[in-house]
Amino acid sequence: MSIMVYIPTPFRRFAGNQVYVRAEGGTVAEVLESLASQYPPLRNMVYDEMEEIPAHISIYLNKQEVHSLQGKQTPVKDGDELAVIPAIAGGQVLTPEQVERYSRHIIMPQVGPVGQRKLMAAKVLVVGAGGLGGPVALYVALAGVGTIGVVDFDVVDLSNLQRQLLHRNSDVGRLKTESAKDTLNAYNPEVNVVVHNTPLTSDNAMEIIPQYDIIVNGADNFTTRYLVNDASYLAGKPLVDGSILLFDGQAMVYTPETGCYRCLFPSPPPPGLVPSCAEAGVLGALTGVIGSVQAIEVLKLILDIGDSLAGRLLLFDALTMEFRVVNLRRDPKCPLCGDDPTIDKLIDYEGFCGAPFPAHDGA
Amino acid sequence: MTVKVQITANLRDLVNGQRSVQIEGSTVRELLDNLESSYPGFKEKLESNGHIHRFVNIYLNDEDIRFLRQMDTPLSEGDVLSILPALAGGRR
Repeated sequence: MSIMVYIPTPFRRFAGNQVYVRAEGGTVAEVLESLASQYPPLRNMVYDEMEEIPAHISIYLNKQEVHSLQGKQTPVKDGDELAVIPAIAGGQVLTPEQVERYSRHIIMPQVGPVGQRKLMAAKVLVVGAGGLGGPVALYVALAGVGTIGVVDFDVVDLSNLQRQLLHRNSDVGRLKTESAKDTLNAYNPEVNVVVHNTPLTSDNAMEIIPQYDIIVNGADNFTTRYLVNDASYLAGKPLVDGSILLFDGQAMVYTPETGCYRCLFPSPPPPGLVPSCAEAGVLGALTGVIGSVQAIEVLKLILDIGDSLAGRLLLFDALTMEFRVVNLRRDPKCPLCGDDPTIDKLIDYEGFCGAPFPAHDGA
Repeated sequence: MTVKVQITANLRDLVNGQRSVQIEGSTVRELLDNLESSYPGFKEKLESNGHIHRFVNIYLNDEDIRFLRQMDTPLSEGDVLSILPALAGGRR
């Protein structure tokens, strides 16, 4: 049986710009299969990851929705006309440009058009537009994450350019948030970059953090680290954390059920005991490894695939080129996420850490 | 019992730049005492008054010793001990 299939505008590019194409088959399912094998990119439009017709696609046989007939098993005969109609409302459907841009995602069954739309609907906050925040923000922007918030208050310094890929030579002296926004939008103009040009503090954290789905920590000091940890937990948001120094990197994911930064490190070192990158140095390319790990974890959380680093701590030693994973346990005695918590709102983090929020880069 | 102790980059200065050291000990406490004898000054980076600093974690293989028997955690041949202080870096 050879029948005509009507291709709607958003999908036409995948069918050689034809309005009608011919496909073979004795049932709707066979015709769709014939269509998908002639025009492989269309497969991702008409099937979801379960090889089912996604809910936002309606298939009409001679102007009748096939669910009201016999679904995919509805028989077809010569002269019938099949139409594949996507719901076009609220930007649900990927545009042809989006399908092409994200095609390497969409062809993977773990992502597909449904996963790509999840990425585009997601809101991710990146705290710190520096060494770690850079690769995280860049990769989630390239992946099409719809809204990326960037918190930073600093200006780009020449010494940042050894590793901070959001900023370029001509950005020295500019606000990091502005430079970050320009870079991210230059790579992917579709991304809505929200600039929070302020230090994150106990006063504003519970206004900013609840606006996002996932929080990424790329802070350079313990004071901000504990603040981000507590605020993310109190707001019920997963936190994708990373840190680097010299040749060592650490990455972890905290979810409200699996423990937090306080379970790992109940209190910060006295000021000055653990050096910062500014004091001790860091291999620039290390930020790419740990930042990419954080970006991957963000994307996995959004797509709800794989096993996240929640409950585990990833350790990377660049000198030996070894990755190791150790267990990270929720501490029942944790004052924040334990069985009998004593912290139910943000505290004075400068007092807790014995160190102020940094006033300025290089200070 | 000889146990391999992995040293993170920011503590390597204390052990002449080595990435790991082999140290004797039947418990974590004994091992840290022996580490101190071989490399004076190491222990004070990790503990005060016999308690590990709360910003330092010690892992026996892949488990935090706080969830084992802390300083009394027994060691076996072939174990790997890792000492990990909190790192803050990222933005700057």
